[in-house]
Amino acid sequence: MQMDLSKFSPASDEEKQQITQMRESTTFFKDGMRKLRKDPLAMISIAVLLLIVLTIFIAPVIVPYDYQEMIAVDGVRDRTAKNLPPFTYSENEQAAIKSGEKIFPHIFGTDQLSRDYFIRVVYGTRVSLTVGVFASIIVLIIGLIYGSVSGYFGGKVDLILMRIVDIIYALPDLLMIILLSVVLDSTLSRALEGTALANIGTNMLSIFIVFGLLYWVSMARLVRGQILSIKENEYILAAKALGAKSGRIIRKHILPNCISVIIISTALQIPAAIFTESFLSFVGLGVQAPMPSLGSLASAAREGLQSYPYKLLFPALTICLIVLSFNLLGDGLRDAFDPKLRR
Amino acid sequence: MWKYVLKRVALAIFTIFIIIAITFFVMNAIPGGPFQTEKAPDPAVQKMLMQRYNLDKPLWEQFFIYLGNIFHGDFGISLKNGREISTIIGESFRISAEIGGIAIVVALIPGLIFGSLAALMRNRWEDRLIMFSSTVFVAVPSFVLATILLLIFSLKLKLIPVWTVDNPNYLLPIIALALYPMSYITRLTKSSMLDALGQDYVRTARAKGVSETRIIFKHALRNALIPVITYLGPMTAYIITGSLVVETVFTIGGLGTKFVSSINNRDYPLIMATTIFLAVLLVFLTLLSDLVYKLVDPKINFE
Repeated sequence: MQMDLSKFSPASDEEKQQITQMRESTTFFKDGMRKLRKDPLAMISIAVLLLIVLTIFIAPVIVPYDYQEMIAVDGVRDRTAKNLPPFTYSENEQAAIKSGEKIFPHIFGTDQLSRDYFIRVVYGTRVSLTVGVFASIIVLIIGLIYGSVSGYFGGKVDLILMRIVDIIYALPDLLMIILLSVVLDSTLSRALEGTALANIGTNMLSIFIVFGLLYWVSMARLVRGQILSIKENEYILAAKALGAKSGRIIRKHILPNCISVIIISTALQIPAAIFTESFLSFVGLGVQAPMPSLGSLASAAREGLQSYPYKLLFPALTICLIVLSFNLLGDGLRDAFDPKLRR
Repeated sequence: MWKYVLKRVALAIFTIFIIIAITFFVMNAIPGGPFQTEKAPDPAVQKMLMQRYNLDKPLWEQFFIYLGNIFHGDFGISLKNGREISTIIGESFRISAEIGGIAIVVALIPGLIFGSLAALMRNRWEDRLIMFSSTVFVAVPSFVLATILLLIFSLKLKLIPVWTVDNPNYLLPIIALALYPMSYITRLTKSSMLDALGQDYVRTARAKGVSETRIIFKHALRNALIPVITYLGPMTAYIITGSLVVETVFTIGGLGTKFVSSINNRDYPLIMATTIFLAVLLVFLTLLSDLVYKLVDPKINFE
């Protein structure tokens, strides 16, 4: 083969200036994040979520009420403070204000046990968000490890692991959670008394256990599928042909394609977990009273529904807002990191 | 193909067996047993009760006795009122099945229609409206929706009467159950419809001069339906669990309310029986939808 070596000489300065730069070269993540920043819905969702998180951290500091504290005026429990509409004071409190005391307003009113409703909604949001995020993290870790082992090794290992996944996938999750909650409640509640876990109750534990046992399968399948399909791609072959080591291939090619799918799946798993938790609380299998949860608040609001509709609206709107934001964020992430949607 | 069908059926049966096993052993892990009352009965009476209910036998034997009973349709007796559980389930499931069945239809058909409409009117106001509402509705949990509907239409506006046994009105519960799946199906249909319309065979058909209607109904829709069929399984699961809540909110005497109250009453035989019943139903319907999907999708080759 005859090669004209003069064609391979370094470019001169004037030749370099002839290159028109269409786009700056950028990494996959930077490109994805840039696209995400341009998506208005996703940005609004992030803002809303940050606002909610900020509120639940700041509110307990500002609002002087505790979630289980029944309103007391001058140390005596205030019986007229039941079921107050938002921003009103009870008679005893009004009398106290006239005599010079400063009382923090009840932003959402009070509930039937004279507890400040705003702080209860805030704590309920805390519980829901914590459960949602932690359950999703558990799902992420287990699913990621399981799926990558299965996808990377392939062959018999893959076959056996996926059969197990098939069986677990077929189990009805909610029924198992209910079952486990009922059982754990009877068996563990005595064992947990006095520990920190007693506050959240056995039901939360059973949610986490079942999430750890059942919900990771879709993540595992996703990761495995990604790894399998990426392994077949030609650029992997090309990279190997160019002499790239396995470590570099995994780092630069396999992992970035997996991560976007993983992030999106997790972002959509969180609202699903929050749904499940609020559903269980609604049915009575959620956090132990008096710790509120958005679901149990909504359930308790059913009693006085005609007279105090706002008691339902606040927790319900909060759930919808959180779930909607996560959904829009997940959608935005999916659109931003989709390599087929080049502009 | 039949080899595949057999494999799936075998898997389903195995899953059901595992479900029954898990339910049984988990329930029996509860300390105290079913005869735990405040007053401990006479030891001789207790011994007789244990013998009668086979509780003195080892757990494995009890399990197989229970399994055998189930095959004869005998789920035991409710702890609360002593009635035969199979009768309880039979009565209440009729109502739940009606509501659930209608809800599935209500979710499917409008969902498909709206989704296709959104795909066809892409980026026009119909599309935006449909996608906006479906995105919002997907974020509303069924119990929130059910309570809000009850509040607005039954209590405040007094338009729709509250459900009683003699005067059953299913409109609101069905809406509450069907709205989430309908929105999900709308979004699913739209994206798969757009996918199908972008395919090369559609371009060919258009180039050949085939009318747009024919393209939609004969080619695109059929392929767009396939992802929706895979959703049928999870949708049934959603409707079953959703019925627990919706029935409680609207005070409908269906299987859902029975289940919820059995949980609150710690009526263990009933909890077990309902769990198994619902789980079996779910596995069966999922199996059905999986088989239909494999039948319909021409691209799938059978393992």
